[in-house]
Amino acid sequence: MPSDGDLRLVSGWGRTAATAAHLTSALTPVDLSAAIKRAGPRGVIGRGLGRSYGDAAQNAGGDVLVTTGMNRILDVDVAGSTARVEAGVSLDTLMRTVVPLGLWPVVTPGTRQVTVGGAIGCDVHGKNHHRDGSFAAHVESMVLETPARGTLTVSANQEPDVFWATAGGMGLTGLISEATIRLVPIETSSMRVDTERAVDLDTAMARMTEGDRFYRYSVAWVDCLARGRSLGRSVLEFADHARLEDLPPAGRHRKRALRFKPVASVPAPPWAPSGLLNRWSVAAFNELWYRKSPRRAVGRVVAAAAFFHPLDLVTGWPRLYGSRGFLQYQMVVPDGAADTVRRSIEALSGNGCGSFLAVLKRFGAGNLAPLSFPQSGWTLAFDLPAGASGLGPMLDRLDEMVAAAGGRVYLAKDSRLRPDLLEAMYPALPTWRVVRERLDPDRRMCSDLARRLPALLDPPTPGAAR
Amino acid sequence: MKDALGAVGSVLVLGGSSDIGVAIAAKLAGPRRATVVLAGRHPQPLESSAAAVRAAGAGRVDTLPFDADDTGSHDDFLTKATKHAGGDLDVVVLAFGVLGNQSADEAGGDGAVRLARTNYVGAVSVGLAVARLLRAQGHGTLVVVSSVAGERVRRANFIYGSSKAALDGFAQGLGDSLAGSGAKVLIVRPGFVRTKMTEGLPVAPMSTTADEVARATVKALASGRQVIWVPGSLRAVFIVFRHLPRFVWRRVPA
Repeated sequence: MPSDGDLRLVSGWGRTAATAAHLTSALTPVDLSAAIKRAGPRGVIGRGLGRSYGDAAQNAGGDVLVTTGMNRILDVDVAGSTARVEAGVSLDTLMRTVVPLGLWPVVTPGTRQVTVGGAIGCDVHGKNHHRDGSFAAHVESMVLETPARGTLTVSANQEPDVFWATAGGMGLTGLISEATIRLVPIETSSMRVDTERAVDLDTAMARMTEGDRFYRYSVAWVDCLARGRSLGRSVLEFADHARLEDLPPAGRHRKRALRFKPVASVPAPPWAPSGLLNRWSVAAFNELWYRKSPRRAVGRVVAAAAFFHPLDLVTGWPRLYGSRGFLQYQMVVPDGAADTVRRSIEALSGNGCGSFLAVLKRFGAGNLAPLSFPQSGWTLAFDLPAGASGLGPMLDRLDEMVAAAGGRVYLAKDSRLRPDLLEAMYPALPTWRVVRERLDPDRRMCSDLARRLPALLDPPTPGAAR
Repeated sequence: MKDALGAVGSVLVLGGSSDIGVAIAAKLAGPRRATVVLAGRHPQPLESSAAAVRAAGAGRVDTLPFDADDTGSHDDFLTKATKHAGGDLDVVVLAFGVLGNQSADEAGGDGAVRLARTNYVGAVSVGLAVARLLRAQGHGTLVVVSSVAGERVRRANFIYGSSKAALDGFAQGLGDSLAGSGAKVLIVRPGFVRTKMTEGLPVAPMSTTADEVARATVKALASGRQVIWVPGSLRAVFIVFRHLPRFVWRRVPA
């Protein structure tokens, strides 16, 4: 039987396709194994802070176990630069604890409001992927509750197949209770940022490829509404952690330099009309934003939170996309397929769906996780309001292009992938299914994502889409 | 599982040889090769519907016997249909219904009672069973093909019209009862649709086609609307019709 938790409508960050599930909270590892035992025929899925854009942390008719109550930092080894934390600890909490000690999580996505469990389950990446790889590469070990094999402690050396199936496994191998993650020593909580404008896509790509050799962090913000000769015009940011000597002399003592007090986020004003972000307002914003960016600025020192986590500045911003919600499309294509990036931006600017800025970045090599998203090449991510006309067919065509180029879309953000393309995009999927079969033969772990992309549950049968 | 833009993985059509039901299944299932189950009384027309849905691009297409009048069989039928759908039922289209023959049925025989049984009693039985199933799934939409004939019942076809009025009221209440459950009801109110069912009848003004009804239904499934009129302008027309005095309405011709 499913749990008797509250029946609640649950959706992802994009607020599309809500479904009802029995919601319960976990406070201890025992709650995790109990939830797995209790799971009915529709299974259970873990949920952290709900920042997956699509349906990864939804489970219609089944159980959704919220892990944010498991939020203790168990141990910080300053000398060894590691932290042992419960899975529900957010990167925000972790940073507030370890930054003043001179440590920084090696990988952080565009928001601090994700849990460590979720970061592993989605194998998230940051602006340093070209150099440091994705989140799982810095997980020393983790403890996992599994349906068939009980509690497992796994790492890249100990049961590596379970470790890598769980990294990027979208929560479908079990429930993570704790993890030990590696941190990187820092002298200050600031970033030294170099900014430049690129007049078109070729320039942006060429400059990024060059810059990645010299900087730990890099990202390009692309104006997706610019067309013609300006197609792909971008603002590029390259950065490294600021050293003490980068700070003004007055701020150069350690304690002050490591202060980590991110600006409290401002809620989206309640009077802001729902649906404020439309193609006209976005076009105006993009124009202004490009023009106000410096042609070239070197050595600007900014707070780390401002550089890494622009999404945290306004809470509840998804509401601005209107009642139908929005979706995010993120894809990666191999280095040789830069043309696919161009054609995607062309499709976007031609469609005029009103995408906010797109993010372009070069990834380094992927890892051993069969379902991990990053692979060597170019990644492009953009938001779109779900109500935009012609969106479905356009994104279906992008899927096809991306798959044909040997690329893939990011499951943590996906909410509408063509199901028949999943296996082509993730050729190691059969390997992953074998490990999952061992850990969860009865499919107690289940999510709407898995139901929507049934190849995650079972090998596709020829002639059927599900 | 329905995705963020309304594409679905499976569709069950009750009244699987109805032109409107088939058109909706084809439009929904075609682009993404979804699974379709067509259910109805007569195997022969079901097979030709299945061929049409396959031609539109659907993935697996199965047919199943279903009798709206045999209310005792509905629960078992749905269990079977779910198996054929390969998991959850993302969309169930309640498209069965008979038009009857107004003047003959008024004159005698059991035609009127049979019509009421199929169009209303059968729909209530299977509608409630579908709602229970969708509620347990935590998602899914029941599309109820109603009719403007039920919006204000006319002298000329009040037996059929009243059955649709009852069905429409039932569907509204059912939709309200499902609020917060993840499951939904979409009520589709077409005007005069040129189909097999209406063949030989004089075509009413603002008539439409099964394809148009399907297009509007698919759009409404994506946007989450709960009631649509096809064509949309009928909504305004019926706001006026609803308030016409009886002595005028009574004289509205067939």
